[in-house]
Amino acid sequence: MSAAATRRVGTLVDRAWRGLLLGFMTLFVVNIGLMIAAVATSSFAKRWLGTWLPEGWTTTWYTAAWKEFQLDSVLWVTVQVVLAVVLLSLLIGVPAAYTLARREFPGKRPLMLLFLLPLMVPPITYGIPLATVLYQVHLAGTIYGVILANLIPAAPFVILVMTPFIEQIDPNLESAARVFGAGTGRVFWHVLVPLLGPGILAASLLVLVRTIAMFELTFLTAGSDSQTLVVALYYAVFAAGVRAPQSVDAMAMIYMVVTLIWLLIALRFVNPTQLVSRVKEHPQAAA
Amino acid sequence: MAAAGAPLAREPFDRTLLLVSPAALFMLLLFVYPFVYGLWLSFTPKEGGALANYTHFFTTDNLWPTIWTTLRLALPATLINVGLALPIAFKMRVKTPYQRWVTTILVVPITLGTVLIAEGMLTYFGPKGWLAQFLQFFHLYDGAIRLTHNYTGVLISLVISGFPFSFLLILSYITGIDPGLARAAATLGADPKAQFRHIYLPLLAPGLAMCFCLAFVQAFSVFPSAVLLGSPAGPTRVISIAAYEAAFEVYDYSLASAIAMIMGFVQFVIVVAVLGLRNLFYRGPMIGGKG
Repeated sequence: MSAAATRRVGTLVDRAWRGLLLGFMTLFVVNIGLMIAAVATSSFAKRWLGTWLPEGWTTTWYTAAWKEFQLDSVLWVTVQVVLAVVLLSLLIGVPAAYTLARREFPGKRPLMLLFLLPLMVPPITYGIPLATVLYQVHLAGTIYGVILANLIPAAPFVILVMTPFIEQIDPNLESAARVFGAGTGRVFWHVLVPLLGPGILAASLLVLVRTIAMFELTFLTAGSDSQTLVVALYYAVFAAGVRAPQSVDAMAMIYMVVTLIWLLIALRFVNPTQLVSRVKEHPQAAA
Repeated sequence: MAAAGAPLAREPFDRTLLLVSPAALFMLLLFVYPFVYGLWLSFTPKEGGALANYTHFFTTDNLWPTIWTTLRLALPATLINVGLALPIAFKMRVKTPYQRWVTTILVVPITLGTVLIAEGMLTYFGPKGWLAQFLQFFHLYDGAIRLTHNYTGVLISLVISGFPFSFLLILSYITGIDPGLARAAATLGADPKAQFRHIYLPLLAPGLAMCFCLAFVQAFSVFPSAVLLGSPAGPTRVISIAAYEAAFEVYDYSLASAIAMIMGFVQFVIVVAVLGLRNLFYRGPMIGGKG
């Protein structure tokens, strides 16, 4: 009888535990959803002070925010930075990933560590010495400084995403091309790049989404005319006292829409866990 | 064919290795050099001896306590995030359409980033936001609701951005474990709890330690939410704020580098401690399993 009682208590605890976890998950997702909904509501609100819903609706905050925060130039800077970072990180990262996937050489392990460290050390820790150096060579405050700074996490990220992709391609294909006289360059462009298409697409979308949202490095290196959207949003929230909250929320909505569109495109080609689990390679590399 | 290719590959210099050099050079120039330069700069202060910056940090009342302020935020946030992510990820280890949905929803707060979360929280968790209205409408809590511009606000924002990260990371580790092992244990009569204790937990230990370290390091370098959602002059004056002020408000790059180095050092100490703990923890079940 006592055994049965223990079992009953056991299932009760089990059920309570399961309920607790489900409750937390639901609470988490619902509150995130409501948080986004609150920003959206506020951005369309005429006046909204302590009531469930605003007194009236308007879209003027969007035009106000667009003018106030000079969003046309901010968006243009963002496009330039993101495109440059994606292209340059592919240009640097894919050849490096090829070597790391195909060759064994002395010093490979320290090199892997060098490419992993920028993903393990948070941007604000290395961003401050980096900004100091960039200010000394007069690159900080310009769009070139912002691009260089954003490449530091982006290029290793491409390497980590691409290395397993290249490893799974049969080396015999390259050998065959070489037998027919193709040099390394031609093997690369005519054999590897077409086969790597899906991998390159996934890597560039991941880099793109991460660069749009990368706040710290851009914040530390950008000048007033080289801000990206997320940094402009930071300054808008920071100086919220002087502006209508709806105008800041309208700007937040613009940022959110830009980010989420690209996230949705990215999620068609990659698994959500790929946005965070690049570190999975680390235990193998270190072990 | 292989015989003809082999001598080529063993030539004294393999030109394929050149392909890695742009990336290596880039990292040396823009990651390693700034770090080394920062370290050197931190020992060459504007005035005083080589250690002047460090003695200044540890004797100034608005600098050294930032270490504790940051730890007081980062450690609870990391424990909450990893502690909740582990059981939930374990529950969702089986591949279902449901899993795909949850991972997609959870990736949204990560992508939006801390700045947007801060703005959303100011609107939603603020004293006149929906949450406060809801709690007061149903008389769940009648006192003044202060969830922004203080410690709680920053802690909540760290959970919102950190929990999805921990969850997705642990989920990718758990789904990497061969389910055959658990099925074998189930045939021998192990319930999910026993499977978790004796199979998943020991195999997950290295991944969990890694996840804890990454989640901690992220929480420790909290910056935008500590400024926007906390009270950056008082209880949420974290170490990254101190470093930022030294660099961009006082323009003392030497002191700023010293603070960045101290920040990196504290993170390093915690990471080494956690990885050391993992080794202690990992040995137990392995011996138990064999004995």
